[in-house]
Amino acid sequence: MTLLAASEHFAGPPHWTWYILVYFFLAGLAGGSYFLATLLRYWGAPGDEPVARLGFYVPFPATLVGLLMLTLDLKQPLRFWHMLFNTTPGQFGLNFNSRTPMSVGVWVLLVGSVFAFVSFVDTLVRDDRLRNRPARRLAALLEGGAGKAWNVVGSALYLFIAGYTGVLLAVSNQPVWSDSWALGGLFLASGLAGSAALLLLLMRYRPGTESSRAVLEVSERVFTALELVLLVVVFLTLIDDGTLGKALDFPWTLLWLVVLAGMLPSLRDLAVRRFRITPEGAVVAGRVPVWAAAWLVLAGVLALRAAVIFSAQS
Amino acid sequence: MDTKIVPGKAYGFFTDTSVCIGCKACEVACKEWNQLPSKSRGFLGDSLDNTGSLDGQTWRHVKFIDNVPDETMSTGDGRAFLLMSDVCKHCTHASCMDVCPTGAIVRTEFDTVFIQQSVCNGCRNCIAACPYDVIDIDPDRDVARKCTLCYDRLQGGMQPACAKACPTESIQFGPLDELRETAKKREADLHEQGLMQANLYGHDDKVYGGLNAFFLLMDKPETYGLPNAENAVLPQRNNRAGYLGLLGTAVLGVLGGIFALRNRGTDE
Repeated sequence: MTLLAASEHFAGPPHWTWYILVYFFLAGLAGGSYFLATLLRYWGAPGDEPVARLGFYVPFPATLVGLLMLTLDLKQPLRFWHMLFNTTPGQFGLNFNSRTPMSVGVWVLLVGSVFAFVSFVDTLVRDDRLRNRPARRLAALLEGGAGKAWNVVGSALYLFIAGYTGVLLAVSNQPVWSDSWALGGLFLASGLAGSAALLLLLMRYRPGTESSRAVLEVSERVFTALELVLLVVVFLTLIDDGTLGKALDFPWTLLWLVVLAGMLPSLRDLAVRRFRITPEGAVVAGRVPVWAAAWLVLAGVLALRAAVIFSAQS
Repeated sequence: MDTKIVPGKAYGFFTDTSVCIGCKACEVACKEWNQLPSKSRGFLGDSLDNTGSLDGQTWRHVKFIDNVPDETMSTGDGRAFLLMSDVCKHCTHASCMDVCPTGAIVRTEFDTVFIQQSVCNGCRNCIAACPYDVIDIDPDRDVARKCTLCYDRLQGGMQPACAKACPTESIQFGPLDELRETAKKREADLHEQGLMQANLYGHDDKVYGGLNAFFLLMDKPETYGLPNAENAVLPQRNNRAGYLGLLGTAVLGVLGGIFALRNRGTDE
């Protein structure tokens, strides 16, 4: 990353496309949801528990589908386990390569999915949707401080999962990807904003969640502001390395416009209304209906990853 | 080549592009020995090139770099039409090995870089990392493949097929230390002849710690699609900054979430 000296890139594209895009999208939402759920359960009001439970329902299925996408993307899907175990003759053992986020990410995903599964089961028990004895015993183990510790560790893992995908792209020799160190942070901020939007959308399916709306809307505004800052940082680093033009080239411009459209409602509300709350505890609403804004945010989360993934390989 | 090939010693290629005639005997010999299919890419419309690039089934590729000026201004001194038999560089600090999550990419007893077909799962991280666009997926086997520097031939005491087939000795195979001496002499000879543009690429540790397949070029590296020393960087350079950026964002995200929770009581 030299100052105002364009980097040379002669690397060929790895053809990471739709499976990877879906995985990156789900990783962002799983990570943000687990974190928000933990925050709401342990640092929120008692009335935030229903939304916290919604949040804990998201990571496990999202991780499962994400892992399926990752596996299907391999040219040899049945060898997915080679990521974990070295099959080189005479060198059998566990595989871990700290120099590539792909290897680090696989292990964090593996451990993280255990956290997501346990939290998923725990939430089913709390909602009285799962009554068998092993599940209840598991949930009983998570009462009190143990549960808090479990969810905090799980949150740390899932914050990593939401953003390491950007670091993975950066640790390459591809144009755009390797020209910015801020992609990991950008993906994390976008995943957090997307998760707040997702929970706002899911709230309608669960009674007793209305009191948490203000927290989620304010969170969305904060995370979107963070995302905007990181987007600017990414663009500045790309200008520095002379690859911004490639990232913004047509048709990827259209995807960047969707990214901006996804951020606009939150940014506009942030600029006009800041974080004001009504006496009833609701955030002062913006002009765009909440559900429409939430869908826009999710579209922006997807478009951001698509723009980064596809523009570099075109 | 009458050198005895001994495990434990570093071997490689010295490719002298100044004597390449673009006959593609190396491409044919490579495909023949390694039993790689020759699938037609159709008419590329790119001079005499009919393979286009290195890929999972093309491990030697003769580049035809058309530098012919629109109006003839000089005899060209060999610069007008550059030829280069491209191949995996078998880098000392190999980007592909650096990022392989399965351990499929290993360094052999001949100091070459080798992809184990039975271990690779086709994640393509090595393709994203290779700065020379060398590695690709073999569509018939669905694993990443590239030049093995004829690992099987070396084990049998034979030099690689491409070097054996090259009629002009543009591709020379041998122990690295000997090849480096040969290359320096050749460069000095060309400089004496007034061809000052002749330069060695990858013979020393400035590019990826040194390339086992290094070149004598007749123009700057970028013209041949090779990153110069300044841009020859490993993917892992972004690990620390990338993770720090992620950590910083995570901290700000946590603070932002706490702010949102604390702000719920603020009246309009």
